[in-house]
Amino acid sequence: MADLGIEIAGVHFKNPVMTASGTFGSGMEYGEFVDLNKLGAVVTKGVANVPWPGNPTPRVTETYGGMLNAIGLQNPGIDVFLERDLPFLKQYDTKVIVNVCGKSVADYLEVVEKLSDADIDMMEINISCPNVKEGAIAFGQKAESVYDITKQIKDKAGHPVIMKLSPNVTDITEMAKAAEAAGADALSMINTITGMKIDIERRSFALANKTGGMSGPAIKPVAVRMVYQCANAVSIPIIGMGGIANAEDAIEFMMAGATAVAAGAMNFVNPYLTEELVTGMEHFLNRHKIESIRDIIGCVK
Amino acid sequence: MIDTKRRKEIKSGMKKKCIGVVRSAQELAMDIYDLWIETELAADAKPGQFVGVFTSGDSTLLPRPISICEVDKEKTAIRIVYRVVGKGTREFSHYKAGRRVWLLGVLGNGYPLEKAEGYVLLLGGGIGIPPLVELAKQLRECNPQMKITAAVGYRSNDLFLTEELSQYADVLVASEDGSVGTKGNVMDAIKENNITPDIIYSCGPMMMLKAIKNYAEELNIPAYISLEERMACGVGACLGCVCKTTHKDHHSHVNNARICTDGPVFEAKEVEI
Repeated sequence: MADLGIEIAGVHFKNPVMTASGTFGSGMEYGEFVDLNKLGAVVTKGVANVPWPGNPTPRVTETYGGMLNAIGLQNPGIDVFLERDLPFLKQYDTKVIVNVCGKSVADYLEVVEKLSDADIDMMEINISCPNVKEGAIAFGQKAESVYDITKQIKDKAGHPVIMKLSPNVTDITEMAKAAEAAGADALSMINTITGMKIDIERRSFALANKTGGMSGPAIKPVAVRMVYQCANAVSIPIIGMGGIANAEDAIEFMMAGATAVAAGAMNFVNPYLTEELVTGMEHFLNRHKIESIRDIIGCVK
Repeated sequence: MIDTKRRKEIKSGMKKKCIGVVRSAQELAMDIYDLWIETELAADAKPGQFVGVFTSGDSTLLPRPISICEVDKEKTAIRIVYRVVGKGTREFSHYKAGRRVWLLGVLGNGYPLEKAEGYVLLLGGGIGIPPLVELAKQLRECNPQMKITAAVGYRSNDLFLTEELSQYADVLVASEDGSVGTKGNVMDAIKENNITPDIIYSCGPMMMLKAIKNYAEELNIPAYISLEERMACGVGACLGCVCKTTHKDHHSHVNNARICTDGPVFEAKEVEI
């Protein structure tokens, strides 16, 4: 039987299948459809120092082969997360990666400090949300800012740190290198691609926020390309995501250089997707007589 | 997609994605279509709940949230009545008996039937009328003596579902162009007929729901309204379909509730619309 286990920053994952932050809540909702015990990790919805109300509606709209969202990082805040959501996740035999968001460096650091003693496995820092006006993506679009915030978080963090990168930059490898230089343990990519949709009947924007982040199968080739570029630019592991709809897509990301993968928008279309990725990837390995999933990481040069 | 074996393992009452088969299809009025779909989801379906209906194409991926209009006696099929508003619903309008369709359900919370007391008023506007049919049917089954009036508003005399409603309730019709019933909307119809309800259940356009919220507050009676919003997941994970709430929501810890899972039915005074 093929070995699906992988390792990131000293943390062992039973398989490389994770959930993309913001598409899976804190696992509760999709726990009705999939056995969370079977997943490599649950990556939570972004959590800030205080509750955030998010953006006005409409917050989501469908696009060709994907969707746009501008949720605006609505979240109940770190205190509720620690009291309610984390204990829920801890019932399961899966790794917990907490996604952290903020409007200022101090916001991020407050959450990071509160998480330091928490029973989590890693944290993922969202410096790439395109839907909030202050913070978030502002930290992720210049190499110097990526370096600066990564360094400050690494100084405070009690767990390995994943920096989640934005595709909305001129050269994503510059951001990847900056995060690595500042001590990031891993990278995750890609966050959504900024897009827009206009309702021509109403002569208005489809989203109240005007722009939104695009996700779904339509963005997959962009994501695969960026994972490939970054995997060849840095030596820290990469969690690849962007439109993964089936195990073949997940394998593609791993061959491009990802050590793990995350399912995002396609959870909304197929609520069983995460579990199916695990079985599908295992079948692929068996079919090709590959002993370990680690053998295919970055195998396409 | 999930195989049959796995589907059987899923406990009943839990949300699931599964295949349904169209039993019958018809056009009810201009752009208003009707599908009876055989599905295991019927077993748990309650009035006011909805299903996500998937298209067959890879370009239109998200489930279309559509309210449950009726459940058959054997609880083996649901009826959905919807308006063609885009690519997805256009595709559904071409479906014929025997067609397989992927469904996600059962979603949301239904109308609280147990609150029905005294004179019950059902208010439906346009494509908000369908969920009132199963509601009226079940209220009538609960209590054959219950006084139930359904006031339903249409754009014109191109009516739909009035016959079904009249089996369970007294029906008042309003039309925007005045071609049938009261000229105007459902609020005009209930004023014209001096209706004095003890409780309201409703579904329809936002303008109508706002008027109902005000009306219920004036009369100091409960009104349960079904809200609509653009949705992605339908199961409470993506936080796309929120509405403003009067009080801090227990889940979000801000004044936002999820229409798909905390609703779609809310007591009017709980929400800011």
